[in-house]
Amino acid sequence: MANQKVNAVIVGAGAGGGVVAKELSTNGMSVVLIEQGDWISYDEHTNDELLSQRVTVLGNSCGPDDKHHSRVNIHPDGSKHIVLPSEGDFNNISACVGSGTVTYGALAWRYMREDFKMKSTYGHVSGSTLEDWPITYDDLEPYYEKAEWEIGVAGDDSLNPFAPPRKKLQPMPPFTHNKEATLLKEAASKLGFHPFSIPMLRNSVPYGGRPACYRMRTCIGFPCPVSAKCGTHNTVIPVAIKSGNCELRTNCIVSEIIVNEQGKITGVSYYDQNNKKQTQHADIVILSAAAIETARLLLNSKSKFFPNGIGNENDWVGRNLQGHAYPNAHGLFEDDIFDDFGPGSSVAICDFNHHNPGIIGGGYLSNSFICMPYRFTNVRPPSEKLWGKSHKEFQRKNFKKVAEIHGPYQEIPSFDQRVQVDPVVKDFWGIPAARLSGKTHEEDIKGCTFMAEKASLWLKEAGAIQTWSSLGIANGVSAGQHQAGTCRMGNDPKTSVTDKFGRVHSTPNLFVADGSLHVTNGGFNPALTIMALGFWVGGYIASEWNKGNRFK
Amino acid sequence: MNNQNKFSRRQFLQVTGVGVGGICLLANCGNSISIWRFFSNTEAKLMDAIADQIIPPDDWPGGSESGVTNFIDKQLVGPYVRFQQDYRKGLLAIHDSCNDIYNKQFEELDWNEQTAFLEKMEAGKMHGNIWSNGFDKTFFSLCRDHAMQAYYGSSRHGGNRNNKSYQMLELDYPLIIGQNRYKS
Ligand SMILES: Cc1cc2nc3c(=O)[nH]c(=O)nc-3n(C[C@H](O)[C@H](O)[C@H](O)COP(=O)(O)OP(=O)(O)OC[C@H]3O[C@@H](n4cnc5c(N)ncnc54)[C@H](O)[C@@H]3O)c2cc1C
Repeated sequence: MANQKVNAVIVGAGAGGGVVAKELSTNGMSVVLIEQGDWISYDEHTNDELLSQRVTVLGNSCGPDDKHHSRVNIHPDGSKHIVLPSEGDFNNISACVGSGTVTYGALAWRYMREDFKMKSTYGHVSGSTLEDWPITYDDLEPYYEKAEWEIGVAGDDSLNPFAPPRKKLQPMPPFTHNKEATLLKEAASKLGFHPFSIPMLRNSVPYGGRPACYRMRTCIGFPCPVSAKCGTHNTVIPVAIKSGNCELRTNCIVSEIIVNEQGKITGVSYYDQNNKKQTQHADIVILSAAAIETARLLLNSKSKFFPNGIGNENDWVGRNLQGHAYPNAHGLFEDDIFDDFGPGSSVAICDFNHHNPGIIGGGYLSNSFICMPYRFTNVRPPSEKLWGKSHKEFQRKNFKKVAEIHGPYQEIPSFDQRVQVDPVVKDFWGIPAARLSGKTHEEDIKGCTFMAEKASLWLKEAGAIQTWSSLGIANGVSAGQHQAGTCRMGNDPKTSVTDKFGRVHSTPNLFVADGSLHVTNGGFNPALTIMALGFWVGGYIASEWNKGNRFK
Repeated sequence: MNNQNKFSRRQFLQVTGVGVGGICLLANCGNSISIWRFFSNTEAKLMDAIADQIIPPDDWPGGSESGVTNFIDKQLVGPYVRFQQDYRKGLLAIHDSCNDIYNKQFEELDWNEQTAFLEKMEAGKMHGNIWSNGFDKTFFSLCRDHAMQAYYGSSRHGGNRNNKSYQMLELDYPLIIGQNRYKS
């Protein structure tokens, strides 16, 4: 039986797509939300370090799987590598209802004012596509607030003098610190930094009908056993379904956007759970498949009207692919700093997020999550052996004595960091695979060196007897869990893919609502901004719809 | 040259070949029945020795006792199927190189000789065609990573016998929701 036409079809039930589904369906529009993955339960995916969404050596616990998917990664030397989802070069987020919001660390940042005005703040940077967003922080502020209240954030910005202004407090009180973070907080204050408790999309008190966090050792990379982490899977998506106007179709992978004989977009085609090809017609199509897959879908949708893919008239689809570099330092302490009060990562400073001489952008610094035993086998000062007797002794002696400070450094975007589709490699369904290429802008090396030095300084002040650092720069493509930028929004159709509401310039009824829209990626984890953009784009579509606009 | 100890390439291969099928009929096999899914008994013995070098026994189990070989064997017919050829080729290469250099099997070298041999692999300093294109380095790092995963990862994958590594690190295991952090 053919699918009935609906008002909107949304591709991808992650951070952006989940929010849009809720905005449209509660506004009375009929919605089909298509997701290539499935619902995730904790029972299936416990706190097994080797099969998680962070350490993925035995596979991605929350998808995609190695059997059906692959990508091509072009290394800086030009060599071509076919990579599987469980390998780092794949640059995965997740494939399940909620996507990364099921297993994320849940850091819930608002970008700062400057993050929306990088070019005005720093000027033109040669070899880069650094640009201002077509919207400002003030445009997005009410939508950040919606994300914080509808999905749930614990935090208190009053201790962070660099936080952008807000109208309403976050709904839950901030998290308390464990032993390590307490030590680091005191050290940061002594250095004249401004430490505060990181805002988290995680319940510090019962909220939204779900309990407070139990402070387990494991969190990032794992679904929450008690649903204290707030993602789209346990907030906005259930609300959308409950509205009666949204059908969620799982285990269905969208292969193409359909264009009719008049060159108008009429829906999408997809393979259902039995790998049978289906179509879903809709008045509006919204792509929320994350930065790599959204670009891939547009590029794979070729027709006589769109010979280079939809929205790609000026060759901007897939460009400006960004993630974050992660400059870091580790510090070895004399005494135990580990008290098993999880999940870690609670103290941060924004002193290095802007206006540091010679640095463009920058990023916050924070302590990281509790390191699990296998991951710790690679945490060693450069002088230490990586195996044998001394390695085992180090593991035993120091597992509870090492802290890590790190932060996401805002990368300088460039035209050549990009997603294309590969002419040869295809996935299980025969859809041309995404092909990733690019290399680091030299500004990043300078910025990351600066940040890694500050991280070491902080650890030493806290009493570390030895520190060692790394720039955390990917050799080649940078995208990963924080992938963004491939369909940047802008006012000029010649240098962007969508307008400021996420509508693809060359089509009236095709929207993007995910990390692809980011013009630049901030010195912060991106999820809350992607959710806010979901409310911004979804809110715009719904209000226009109510005015009678059918986007024809 | 002690010919009695010498274990030829042909014998290594023969045993390997038979072992793949699951049942080992040659007298050279310690056990007459191969308990392995992918490894032959001979390969598994060599793997045990490598595992103990990577994670040596001390007050706590070494790599072999903890089940590193079992973990790798299990993954090689699962998510690590793509590494099957690396192990087949790499273990044979170690066997051959030991025969060439010491006229012995790897397991028969004394402890420091074994360490030196693996250090040479790690540094990419092995000689011979079979090690070309940096295979010495990549195969060593594969064994090293997989041994660490086995020893320090969840025991449900066939390593970390009795969760000993968690006990060694003084980590409560399993984690019981809402319970562990209340223990003083
Ligand atoms: C372990 C981990 C930790 C993280 N920690 C943090 C953190 O602390 N703070 C933070 O801000 N961010 C964090 N992130 C990143 C965050 O999850 C992402 O930034 C966010 O989910 C991206 O949102 P999106 O809407 O762009 O894409 P996604 O949320 O990835 O959603 C895309 C969805 O589309 C689906 N899809 C893709 N292609 C198709 C197709 N063709 N057909 C059907 N469905 C398709 C995917 O399966 C996926 O579900 C983390 C991520 C991970 C994995």
